[in-house]
Amino acid sequence: MSGSSQPLAIDVRGIRRVYNVKPTPIVALQGVDLEVEPGEFFGLLGPNGAGKTTLIKILTTLLLPSDGTAKIFGFDVERQTKQIRRIMNMVAGGEQSGYGILTVREQLWMFSQFYGLPSKDGWRRVDELVDAVGLGEQREQRVSTLSTGQRQKMNFARGLLNDPWIFFLDEPTLGLDVSAARSVRELVLAWKAAVPGRTVLLTTHYMAEADELCDRIAIVDHGRILALGTPDELKKRVQRESVFRLELDRLDGGPAALKRLPGVLSATAAAQDDGRERQTVEVNLTLEDDAALGTVVGALAGIGSHILALRKLEPSLEDVFVELVGRGFDEEPTDGEAADSEPPAPDTTPDPRDTAHEPGEREEEEAVV
Amino acid sequence: MSSPFVFRPTASPQEAANWSRRQILATDLRAVVGRAYPRVTGLFREKSWVFFEIALPFLATSAFVFVYRAVQAPAEYIGFVVLGGAMTAFWLNVIWMMAQQLWWEKSQGNLELYFAAPMNIMSVLFGMAFGGFVMSSTRAVVVLVAASTVYGVAFAVDQWFLLIGVFLLTLAALYGLGMVLASLFLMWGREAWHLTNFLVEPVYFVSGLNFPIARLGIVGSLAIALLPLAVGLDAMRQLAFADAAYPLGTPSPEIEALILVAMTVVFLLLARWTLRILERLARQEGRLSIRWQ
Repeated sequence: MSGSSQPLAIDVRGIRRVYNVKPTPIVALQGVDLEVEPGEFFGLLGPNGAGKTTLIKILTTLLLPSDGTAKIFGFDVERQTKQIRRIMNMVAGGEQSGYGILTVREQLWMFSQFYGLPSKDGWRRVDELVDAVGLGEQREQRVSTLSTGQRQKMNFARGLLNDPWIFFLDEPTLGLDVSAARSVRELVLAWKAAVPGRTVLLTTHYMAEADELCDRIAIVDHGRILALGTPDELKKRVQRESVFRLELDRLDGGPAALKRLPGVLSATAAAQDDGRERQTVEVNLTLEDDAALGTVVGALAGIGSHILALRKLEPSLEDVFVELVGRGFDEEPTDGEAADSEPPAPDTTPDPRDTAHEPGEREEEEAVV
Repeated sequence: MSSPFVFRPTASPQEAANWSRRQILATDLRAVVGRAYPRVTGLFREKSWVFFEIALPFLATSAFVFVYRAVQAPAEYIGFVVLGGAMTAFWLNVIWMMAQQLWWEKSQGNLELYFAAPMNIMSVLFGMAFGGFVMSSTRAVVVLVAASTVYGVAFAVDQWFLLIGVFLLTLAALYGLGMVLASLFLMWGREAWHLTNFLVEPVYFVSGLNFPIARLGIVGSLAIALLPLAVGLDAMRQLAFADAAYPLGTPSPEIEALILVAMTVVFLLLARWTLRILERLARQEGRLSIRWQ
């Protein structure tokens, strides 16, 4: 239980999940414990194959744990599936659900019926949500003709049809352009703010997204939670020194000239990644602490260098991940580490004779944020 | 002030999760209508399908009509084959749009949304069946009326209520079988495609789609005991052509109606059972949550 009499929004104890695939069973989750308070925006951050989706499928009652227990607002995911399904909804990135032959309004109305909304209320609810997610102009457009971003907004509207208390978002901005991704993030925040106690579990491998949205984050890899805390708490784990970036008009002797100063741990030329030729010098400076900066500024004045810009560099969640895992977020695991918790996918060709399937439906070219 | 993000406010998740029986039943019924909607809408939206699904079966039926005329078969055989041609609409619908459908829904990602919704998943199957029935009825009626008119089929019905009853029971049993097959095909995965093909021509043959099933002897009797299409068609032929010299060797329409009732009950129970098994297996093995499995 949480501090009040209200049960935890998510209460996970010792969850394991093994996929019995040949030739070797895959362990997707290895004893995960997790507590999420009602009203929290909680993020699961990890690379592909970390076990995030497996955990979300267990919490949404679509998958049984091999071991352990999980509860949503006190309801057990194994035995009380109906109760959980009445108070939750979910949206996944790249979701192609529904029927291309229907219009946006019709598709959403169809889903409203699965949640028991009376027909008229369903249409009214759909119209409200279509406007709220910014699909007013597309309301009578066929689903098969929507862009990826529009489709995801429609999926988001679908997820809100039943006024869920807990919203599971599995990589919701996957494949969206910057503008569409921002729009989806704003919608999630607006929805959550409308009623106290609404809870969101977000899985993502976009660090900035997790940083921006989440109250707390669990960093997951190979089916384990490696670290858990607020974004600031996680970043503080790796902030042992002070790191600054200096832009100078000139630096005689190069960064090595600064290395010898007391309190300076390292001084290196900063990579200039925008391709422009510069008349200035940029240096990354690692100091024992902020106090050492005074020595550096004095020394630069002494050798005739002028500081044009000075910026303190904060560690990112990616730094936290590298610290915890020993590799970058998008780097492949080394030999001996399981790369994915899911085996490769065979081709699944839809039945072309199905009338519900619109032959014109297509996958959009996707630009990753 | 109303907000699009607040629709049915509840004091707590526990209150929101606590549904009355009436609410549960209403949701299941609405889900039937919701799932039937794309099929019924599709019927009017994709007119080209209506043409192909009417014109081509009409030609296939016509071919048999010309064969029967060429061999100077009794006139009622023309009626038998027209009735069979109309009923193929329902069988094709059952195997392509019931049996195959859950497999397709999974590959699209719809199935996990259905399972994650609070309705009974049987509602989805009933919705698919109802929508399919509406679609196929259009085709069946057009083929029946057009072929009867063009080829001068004369129906002789003594027991209208029984004929309509047998027709409805045949559909109930057919779609019940479709519901069972939907779960089984989903478990069998990609093999389902081959199974669907297997269920077309062989079933046409053993159901006596284009000839009286009594001609098949013991095979026909077995088909009557197992296949709703075979028993339903045989009963409808006996009832629609009451004055014809119908080949002996099959039960009376009344007995066949009882067989259809039994089939309907068995198939619906079996569908419910297989769906439960399927959901259990899906949650255990991850078949639902992993789209491609």
